[in-house]
Amino acid sequence: MSLEQEADALQTPPRLFLPRRRQLLIGRRGLVASTLSTLLVLGGLVAVFYLAPGGASVRFFFFNPHHMWHSFIGDPRQGLSSVGRGLIVNIWIFLVCEVLVLFFGLIIAWTRMSQSPVLLPFRILSTTYTDVFRGIPILLVFFLVGDGLPALQLGFLSNQSPAVYGCMSLTITYSAYVAEVYRAGINSVPHGQTLAARSLGLTHYATMRRVILPQAVRTVIPPLLNDFISLQKDTALLSIFGAIEAVRAAGIYASTEFNFSGYVVAALLFLILTIPMTRYTDHLIARDRSLRLAAA
Amino acid sequence: METVLELNAVVKRFGDNEVLRGVSLSLHRHEVVCLIGASGSGKSTLLRCANLLETVDEGSISLFGQSLLSPHIDPDLVRRHIGMVFQSFNLFPHLSVLENILIGPLHALKRDGDEVREEALALLERIGLRDRADDFPDRLSGGQQQRVAIVRALAMRPSLLLLDEVTSALDPTLVGEVLDLLRDLARSGTTMLIATHEMNFARDVAHQVAYLDHGVLVEQGTPEQIFVSPRHEATRTFLDRVR
Repeated sequence: MSLEQEADALQTPPRLFLPRRRQLLIGRRGLVASTLSTLLVLGGLVAVFYLAPGGASVRFFFFNPHHMWHSFIGDPRQGLSSVGRGLIVNIWIFLVCEVLVLFFGLIIAWTRMSQSPVLLPFRILSTTYTDVFRGIPILLVFFLVGDGLPALQLGFLSNQSPAVYGCMSLTITYSAYVAEVYRAGINSVPHGQTLAARSLGLTHYATMRRVILPQAVRTVIPPLLNDFISLQKDTALLSIFGAIEAVRAAGIYASTEFNFSGYVVAALLFLILTIPMTRYTDHLIARDRSLRLAAA
Repeated sequence: METVLELNAVVKRFGDNEVLRGVSLSLHRHEVVCLIGASGSGKSTLLRCANLLETVDEGSISLFGQSLLSPHIDPDLVRRHIGMVFQSFNLFPHLSVLENILIGPLHALKRDGDEVREEALALLERIGLRDRADDFPDRLSGGQQQRVAIVRALAMRPSLLLLDEVTSALDPTLVGEVLDLLRDLARSGTTMLIATHEMNFARDVAHQVAYLDHGVLVEQGTPEQIFVSPRHEATRTFLDRVR
């Protein structure tokens, strides 16, 4: 094609319409389509659940309203712990660990990023620490702490309750994660900020405290909340030491009454705890992104 | 005249790359020296070496006759006497304009809050931004931000100011207001070492102009000497290209 022909070809108006099939999904018809597809998918899932060969027994053993309620409130006379009260233990452990993790995580991140020659051994230690505990399955940490520390016969350290060992294990593991989150946040602050602060004669410490950390906090909050959501769930691991939290209470109920509805209750209770947090985290991430877009 | 800053045969390497190859330069009180040269010629590195943001590999640097490369020197104390302004402003985005100016005097010099505040507001008044004191930097234009950055450095009452291509990141229409402020400072006797691409400005303001080429200080002299009758071929070629 010659240049003139090409120029001519551009003169004919180009086609700009969607294919006819996709035109059916515009506007109100689109709403109808999305409603229909939602109903279809949900209906399909429910149908599978009801029509499966073992559906009836699953409904009886897992979703039995009587047992769900009974396991939720518990019954001391029959030796049944309340799943609801167990959850309060989970919440307590979560709150305690959260504070400890925030603190130790910052210490680890700080030593890892320090520059003083005196702190070199601690720098190596904290790097090793984060590598090791991000790499070991948390279940193993629980066994190592819960069985290992008592075996050491270290007096005070070896005579703690299962709940304390559980908290220690969670704190040890999650501090490693959170230290990395802090470090990423600190690294996300542009280097020019450090140069500007140091050129004003601010010390390393003052630069961190007045300039870098306040800016890092904003980027760090969503990933921190993500880790806390996991932490909240992982409090259930305390059940392996026999601490009576929600999952353990459901387990006791299951072995006594031969009905697993307590587990479903525990699952629902965990969801009630975590869903607001996941929604809030997503909200923060979205807001942060729109702020950044507005700034650019 | 008293010598403020003196660089003697300064060598700086980044790996195998020799960025400064034995640069010597001195700056006297109330003097303005402009560093000119292509991008990558080592102007920024020279400024950063001068306030110890970079380490120096060879040579010596002294401030008021005291060697800055002595191991007993506290870099934080040195930097409190040397103001620096960057190409990209580097204001602290989480602090208001006023807080940006206060942070150095309050947290590096540990001076009294009320007194420092008065001074900071007076400085803002001088650049016509007193009514923006409580705004955050991102509400300001580039030229306003850079002027705040200059004032932030001045609030430390430095013995000299280092300015690193402070108009290069600005919209052409905003360059003037920043250069006017620098002219103003030069007239009032501020000692300044200015890396710049603004040749007309250098010609007006500088007492000395130094041409830097691939880390070598090729030629130094009064603006007339450099801009009217440069002695070196390299200087001539560079000036022809930028004009």
